This record gives sequence, C-alpha cells and structure tokens, in this order.
Amino acid sequence: MRPWQALPVTSENLIGVPRHVPPLVLVTGPEQVLADRAVASVLTQLRVTFPQLDVVRLDAATYTPGDVIAHAAPSLFGEDKAIVVADVDEAGDELQGDLLALLAVGLEPGSTLIVRHKGGNRGRKVLDAMTGAGARVLEAPAIKTDRDKTDFATHEFRAAGRRATAGAISALIEAVGSNVAELASACQQLIADTTGVIDEAVVTTYHGGKVVATGFRVADATLAGNASEALRLLRHAIAAGVDPVPIVAVLAQQLRQLVRVGNAGRGRSVDIARDLGLAPWQVDKANRLLPGWSAEGLGRSIQALAAADAEVKGGGRDAVFAVERAILTITDERQPR
Amino acid sequence: MSVWRDVVGQEPALAVLQRAVTDPAALTQTWLFTGPPGSGRSIVARAFAAALECPDGGCGDCHECRTAYDGTHADVDLVSTEGLFINVKQTRSLVELAARRPSVGRWRVIIIEDADRLNDHSGNALLKAVEEPTSRTVWMLCAPSLEDVLVTIRSRARHVRLRTPPPEAVAELLVRRDGVDPSVAINAARAAQSHVGFARRLATDEGARIRRRDTLRLATSIHGVGDAVDAAADLVKIADEEKERSLDDRNRAETQRLLETLGADPGARTQPPHVRAQLNALEKEQRTRATRVGRDVIDRALTDLTSMYRDALVRHTGSGRPLVNEDHVAAVDHLAAIMTSEQLLGCMETIGVARERIDANVAPLLALEAMALDLRLPR
Repeated sequence: MRPWQALPVTSENLIGVPRHVPPLVLVTGPEQVLADRAVASVLTQLRVTFPQLDVVRLDAATYTPGDVIAHAAPSLFGEDKAIVVADVDEAGDELQGDLLALLAVGLEPGSTLIVRHKGGNRGRKVLDAMTGAGARVLEAPAIKTDRDKTDFATHEFRAAGRRATAGAISALIEAVGSNVAELASACQQLIADTTGVIDEAVVTTYHGGKVVATGFRVADATLAGNASEALRLLRHAIAAGVDPVPIVAVLAQQLRQLVRVGNAGRGRSVDIARDLGLAPWQVDKANRLLPGWSAEGLGRSIQALAAADAEVKGGGRDAVFAVERAILTITDERQPR
Repeated sequence: MSVWRDVVGQEPALAVLQRAVTDPAALTQTWLFTGPPGSGRSIVARAFAAALECPDGGCGDCHECRTAYDGTHADVDLVSTEGLFINVKQTRSLVELAARRPSVGRWRVIIIEDADRLNDHSGNALLKAVEEPTSRTVWMLCAPSLEDVLVTIRSRARHVRLRTPPPEAVAELLVRRDGVDPSVAINAARAAQSHVGFARRLATDEGARIRRRDTLRLATSIHGVGDAVDAAADLVKIADEEKERSLDDRNRAETQRLLETLGADPGARTQPPHVRAQLNALEKEQRTRATRVGRDVIDRALTDLTSMYRDALVRHTGSGRPLVNEDHVAAVDHLAAIMTSEQLLGCMETIGVARERIDANVAPLLALEAMALDLRLPR
C-alpha cells in the first residue's frame, strides 16, 4: 500500500473512541504535499476526540527559544492543544534542545506534538527521541518518477469516487507533472469542476497547450528529425525557464551517443553498452534513431552544435536563436525514411 | 659559477641587466620583463634580484645569491597568484612593504611574477609606488607581453623583452642542469618549442612523453566521424590524466597541511563544523585551480597538435627549417604527402577556433569534437 493511500481517514469510523492519535506524531519525508495532508488528517482525527482543539504552528526558521516549552505548559483553561513543528531538519540547537527537553518531561494529557522532518541528518536526535517514545510515524516519500505521479493522480481520482482514463492521467502529468503540489490541485480542480468520467478531452479543456518541456524532450524531437515539434518544445522549455546551456549540452550528449553506437557496429546492445560505458536502454534508443542518420550528417550536426554552444555562452547576441538554428540544421541533416 | 646560469638564450637582455648591476647609475628602479611562456621571465627576475643583493654582483654561490634566487631572502619578495587576479588588498600591502628600507641586503626587491593578473583596481594601487620608489626599492614585474599590463604601469617601468630561446640553448641547459642525455634534450627542447619547463618535463618524465605521443598520433589517425568523436574523447582523457597527475598530490598535501594548522585530526571521519567550513573553502579553491589547469593542459595539447601541421607545412615549403617534431618525422611526412598546403592551414585554423571556443567556456569535449571532425584526413 502506498503511504498516501493510508492517510485519508473519514471521521465516521472514529466517533466514540476516546483517542486514536498517540500524543506524538512524526511526519518524515521530502514530499510537502503528502506531509501537509498527513498533518491535516492527523488534525482531523484529533478534532474528533477534542472538538475544541487549539492548533499552534511553529517553524524552525522563525523559532524563538522557549516557544515549544511555553505552548506545551499546562494552561489555566485546560485547552486541548496540537503543536505542529515544521522543518525540524533545519532546526537550530535551541529548537532541538527545547524539543528534547519536552520529550524528556512528557506531554500534558490533552496535548499532541506533531513534528515534520524533510530528511537528512540534522535533527536526528529529535527523531530518535520521538520514535523511542512511541511516536506514530507517517511517511511522505518523494514523488519523482512518472510512475509515482500516475499512481498519485489515479489515487486522487479514485479517492473522490471518480474514474479517469489512462490517457487523461498521462495528459495531466504532461501538463502539470513537474510540480506535485500543482498536480494535486489540478486533480482537485478536475474533481470539483467536472462530472462523469474524466477523459483526455476534459483534461485538454483545462490544461490544453501547456507542456512541461525539458532539454531531453527537445533533444528527442530533434534527433527524430521533427523540426516543428522540436522548436515548439524548445519554446516551451525556454518559456518555463530552462536555460539554453543545458539544452545544448543534452543535444551534444545524444548526438555523441548516436555516433558512438553507430560506430560500434552490430552486436547485442548489452555488450555494446558495456564497451561504450552506456546503459543498455541508451543503446537501444540510439539504434532506433540511427536508420535516419548518416555519419556525415551527424558530423555536421555536431559542428553546428559546437558553433551554437559558443554563441550561447556569450559569443552571440541571441542564445535562443542560436539553439533554434542548430536544431533546424540538425533536423535538416536527418534524411526522411 | 654565475647566478645567471639558468637563464638561457637571453644574451641581449642579460647585457642590459648586468650593466645595471655593475653601474649603479644604470639601475632603474622599476623593471618590466616580458617574454613568451617558458622563456624564463621569473628566472631572469630572480637572478637579477640575486645579483643586486650579492656583494660580488652575482657570484651564484654566496648566501645572498642563493636565498635571493630561492625567494627566501629577507629583502626579496616574490608575489604570484593562482587565482584569476592579484587583488587590491594584496597590492596595498606591497606598497607598504616597498616603503621600508632593506633589512640585511643592499636593495629591497619586490618581484610580481604575474603582473598580467593585476586588474585595474590593484594595478592603480601600485602606480605611485612604482613611479617613485624609495631610494632602496626595486620593483620587477613579469608578464607575457606588454599588452597584458596596464598602460599606466607600462609607462612607469623600464621594459626588457625576453626572446624565445633557441632550442639548442634550452637543450644545453637540460644537459647541464638536469643531466639529460644530449640527443633526448634537443628533441625535448624542439618538441616543447623552447618552453624550458615543458622541455624538462618531456625529457625527464616518461608519462609526459607518452601523453604527447598519443596527442600527436591523433593528427594521422582520424578518418571517419566515429574516429573524430573518439579522438576528442581521447584528448579529454589525456588532459584529465595530466591534470590529475599534476594536482592530486598537491591537493592532498594542502588539505593535510590545513588540517594540521587547524589542529584537526586528519583521520577523523567527520570534522567539526569550523574545520569543515575551512575545508570547503579550500576545496572550492582547488576546484577553480583544477578548471584552470585543465584548460591549460588542453591548450598545451592543442599546441602540440598544431605543431604537426606546422611541420608538414615546413616540408611543403622546402625551406629546410628544423621541425618541431623531429621524433615523429614519419607522421609529418605522411601528413605532408596527403594534404595540400591549404588543407594544412585549414587544420591549424580549426585548432585555433577550438581554442578560442574553449576559452569562451564552450564545453571542451564538444569544441574538440567539432575540431576533430575538421581534422579528418582527406580520402
């Protein structure tokens, strides 16, 4: 079961039970969207037990020494409190010391301490003290690969009782997948604003024309000889803030791989990959692209790219134009099959 | 033995300097030595400093001579930088130093080994001190060419131009000083194009010879596009090896020394924060240096490669001038046979373009690939 599938808990099945959440909760992991949700769901569960819950939010960056202790101290009115401490992985010595002191003393019966930690070694002592004291640990692992994102989006729709086609989900990830928070809110928007099955047409209505373009996608389109697609992606990438320098670097790397794989002759891709120090899939990809290429064409492409790199690095007036021209030269060099 | 013994092939310059040593009226107090890399600018400056401090005008054996030449003399200061610039803070302290009387010797000598790395700021800070030094201070500035020095400094200094020493003179030095076999020495001197330091390395270091041979082989081995891409990768690899060789030991020694200075335990797996901060700063500095050395090494390899085409061109003209690569005559003749003069010039031009590109921050591998593609042999 993926961690986020465990998080949403509805309040119905909780009513009538005195306390479901242990007084200590630890949320670890870099994915902020998941961590936010974990905290929100913990607070929801707490409110079932303590309807008058008072939530105190503290942050490592703006922490004033003594705050944790002061908030955790018994109050005259006996409110129930949840203290949420964010970014303990950036905590200074004061915050860590205060938390450790508090953990050593123990919390008041109505209080809950929720600690968020993104990762790394700083604040490790606090983490160990929390787990040692029997804290509930919730994880918020990074959502990086397209597969993770697909799982995430699929689950978003399913949790809301909606069905989405595979095409719709891949279109959605293509449009807003670079940022998980954005992906999450896009999912929520689609759930709230549409009815019925969510298909590709629905996604296009909301997110059409928006593409997350990277240097790699520009390079793929270029080497496939697809000039218009390559230029479109390049414009997208530049508009989204990708620098021309890495785009040229990726193009150079891919051209180099084509030349080297083409030069290696026939053989099993695993063997070629080992000889050239590449991954087997890189060799397979190059082999798929190679039929449209001549050695001379690749050579001229590399030279055009070197000239473009010089212009991008300050030798020319317009870096983007230099890359565009190089892309057009390269796509021209590829013979249509 | 004279203190001038390591200065090779600079007779015209030596005459001027020796007259300045013997005749106090001929001594200017600000000197500017220029000459191509490897011509021995700083060696000339240090020998001159030693001659000034020596009671016998440069015997080469007395305490004054030896310490001044090594840069450990109390009144001789050597200034150089490994960064991009000599900064203004450094030069201000030099100005202060220049105002003091010499403590043991006759003159206070300040040698700036890379005056070309003075920027506007630090150069301007020097102007006053350089124009009217106190009566016992002598400034010596070294730079590759006049154009590398601020015009305002240039006009305040007496200029001594050093020439590229003849290979025979460099070979003679290698034989005399390093005990190199004469035939090896002359080949090394020619191959290094009279750069004394490189000639010495070629003559004494087998690895340097192999790396050079590998570089030169590229000129006659690039046939197809695949060869060109491989050749560029080889060049980068050769350069990396050379860089590692020259930097690794040094970096390790520096780190070790820093740890000792800070009183940290070199064997510890993790260092305390204040030590770590210093270590990071040092590593950053070492990385900058590695970039610079890496570029210098590639530049040197390209110089070697150019010399092959130059030699082939010499063969075409039939002028009978000595070749740079006497030890690779067969390859030179092969190139001369299969390429026209225009093509040879084109190759040299291509190498020049690659050099400019690398200088302008183009990824070295890409620039070299483009170059290697143009260096393909005609079918």
